[in-house]
Amino acid sequence: MSVLNTAAPAAAPAASGSATWRLIKAESRLSIRDKVGPLWGVGCPLIVLIILGVVPALREPVEAAGGLTYFDLYVPVLILFNLAILAMTALPTTLAGYRENGVLRRMQTTPIGPARVLSAQLAANFAIALVATVLFLAVAGLGFGVDLPRHPVGFILSWLLASAALLAVGLLITALSPGRGAATAIGTVLFFPMMFFAGLWVPVAQMPEMLQTISHYTPLGAGMQAFQEAYLGHFPSAAPLLTLAAYAAGCTIIAIRWFRWE
Amino acid sequence: MPAVIEVRNLHKRYADKVAVEDVSLTVQEGEIFGILGPNGAGKTTSVECIAGLRTPDRGEIKVCGLNPLRDRAELTRRLGVQLQAGQLPDRLQVAEALELYASFYPEPADWRALMHGLGLADKARTAYAKLSGGQKQRLSIALALVGNPKVAILDELTTGLDPQARRETWELIENVRAGGVTIVLVTHFMEEAERLCDRLALIDGGRVVAVDTPAGLTERARIEQRIQFRPSRPLADHLLTGLPEVSGLTRRGELVIVSGNDNALNAVTAVLARNRIVAERLRVEQASLEEAFVQLTGGRLDSR
Ligand SMILES: Nc1ncnc2c1ncn2[C@@H]1O[C@H](COP(=O)(O)OP(=O)(O)O)[C@@H](O)[C@H]1O
Ligand SMILES: [Mg+2]
Repeated sequence: MSVLNTAAPAAAPAASGSATWRLIKAESRLSIRDKVGPLWGVGCPLIVLIILGVVPALREPVEAAGGLTYFDLYVPVLILFNLAILAMTALPTTLAGYRENGVLRRMQTTPIGPARVLSAQLAANFAIALVATVLFLAVAGLGFGVDLPRHPVGFILSWLLASAALLAVGLLITALSPGRGAATAIGTVLFFPMMFFAGLWVPVAQMPEMLQTISHYTPLGAGMQAFQEAYLGHFPSAAPLLTLAAYAAGCTIIAIRWFRWE
Repeated sequence: MPAVIEVRNLHKRYADKVAVEDVSLTVQEGEIFGILGPNGAGKTTSVECIAGLRTPDRGEIKVCGLNPLRDRAELTRRLGVQLQAGQLPDRLQVAEALELYASFYPEPADWRALMHGLGLADKARTAYAKLSGGQKQRLSIALALVGNPKVAILDELTTGLDPQARRETWELIENVRAGGVTIVLVTHFMEEAERLCDRLALIDGGRVVAVDTPAGLTERARIEQRIQFRPSRPLADHLLTGLPEVSGLTRRGELVIVSGNDNALNAVTAVLARNRIVAERLRVEQASLEEAFVQLTGGRLDSR
C-alpha cells in the first residue's frame, strides 16, 4: 500500500471559504436526504395549500382581516408552517443527533471546528425554507390567483425576521435538550401550540381577544401579524417586528451561553 | 531527535472520578509511540487532553511546541485524530466525507488515494450508517490522515476489526510512519503494541507505570525467570532454594518449577550437573509483553 505517498495534491490549497461552502452544500444534501424537512416542511404544506386552493368556501373574505380570504391567509400560515418544521423539528433533531453521535466532537479535531457545522445546518435550513417560500408563493399565485404581498419589502423583512426567530428557537431547543430524542420531542410538542397561534386551525382575527393578545407575543403569531400587514400593503408595524427580533436575539444568546458540545 | 509531544504531570478528573492521576511522557519525532493499558486506565482521557479536546486540571502539554487549547487553529492542521467515539452523519457517503474533510485542510492528502489504500473504494457511494464496523474504522483512520498531519493520534485503532483487517491496518500504519508521520497509538492489544510500537507507555489507574521499548519492558519483567524441568533422580529442594539466584521453588507432579533472577538458569544447571541429575523436559519461560504488563501493573489486560 502506498497510502501515504499521496501528499501534495494537484489542487490549490483549499481556502476556508471553500470549506464553509462545501459544508453548507453537504448539510443541505443531508437535510434533503433526511426527508423530515422536505416531506413535513415542504411537501406537507404544499399539498395542504393545493387542497385548500380548490375549496370554494375558503374564498370568502375573513371578517376583520382587511378583505383577505381564508385561502389568502393560509398562504402565510403555511409559509410559517414550513419555517417551524424546518427550524424547530428538523434542525434540533439533526444537531442534537450530531452531538450525541460525536459528529461535533470529530469536527472539533479539524481546523474548521464544530461551530461551523452549526452554521452550515442553519444555512441549509434557511436555504430550503427560502426555496419553499418562493414555491408556495408561486403555486398560490399562478395556480390559485393569490396576489403577492402588496408590500414586498415589508414581507421580505418579516420573513427574514421570522426565520431568524424560529431558527434561534430551534438552536435553543438543541442547546437545552439532552439528546436527539428529547430534541425531537420538544420541537414537536412546541410546534402545535405555536402553529395554533399562527392561525393554522382558526384565523387569529377570529380568536377571542385574550388568545389574540397571546398570539401576538408568540414567534409564529407575531410572524403572522407581520405577514398579514405586508399582504394588505402596509409596512408591518413595530410590535410584531420587535417581537420577532427579540426572539431571534434572546434565543440565540441563551443558546450560545448554554450550548453543550458533547 | 526532537520531542513532538511533551506531557508533564497531566491530571484530569471528571465530576466524580479521577481519570488521569499523573501522566508524563515524551514522544519523539517519527516514532510510533504506544499507550497501552486496560480499559478505564485513562488512555482516552490522556490523548483527548493532548488533542486539546479536554481541559486538563493540572499539567503541561505541548504538541509540536503548541499549546493544544490555545493554539487550536495551528494544532488541528498538524495533528490528525482518530477518536474512539466520533461518528459521521448517517447519510454522508464515504467519498463525500473524505472530500469534505480534505477541504478543511490547507495541504490535504489525496483523498481518493487514501480511500483506495484503505480498501474503501468500492464503498465510495455508501452512506456512513450502512458501513460495517471495520469499514467505519478504516474511514475514521482515513479522516485522521486526510489533512496530511505531522502527528496522528489513533485511539483503539483496530478494536472491532477482524484479524485480517487488523493486519492490513498495521501495514497501513507502518506506511504512514514511513511517510514521516509521528504516531501515538492507543491500544489494549498486546500483539499490536509489540508489532508496531517503537516505545510504549504502560498506563494503569491513571498513572504511567513504565515507558520503554517492547523488548525493554519484557526485559524488565524477566527479572523473575521461570525454569521448569523434571529431574531424572529425586532432588532435595534445599539444593536449589539455597542458591542466592533462586527465589522460589514449587512442584507440580514430577515437575519442579524454579523462579529466580537472570542468572538462575546457570546456577540451577550447575547444581544439577554436580549432583548428576539430568533436567528432563527443561523449559525456560520467556516473559512476554503480556506478562511484563501483568508484572509491572499487577493487573491484567482484559481483551474485549
Ligand atoms: N466523560 C466522562 N465522564 C465521566 N467519567 C469518564 C468520562 N470518560 C471517561 N470516564 C472515566 O474515566 C476513566 C478513564 O477513562 P478512559 O480515559 O476512557 O480510559 P481508557 O481509554 O483507558 O479505557 C474511566 O473510569 C471512565 O469511566
Ligand atoms: Mg479508551
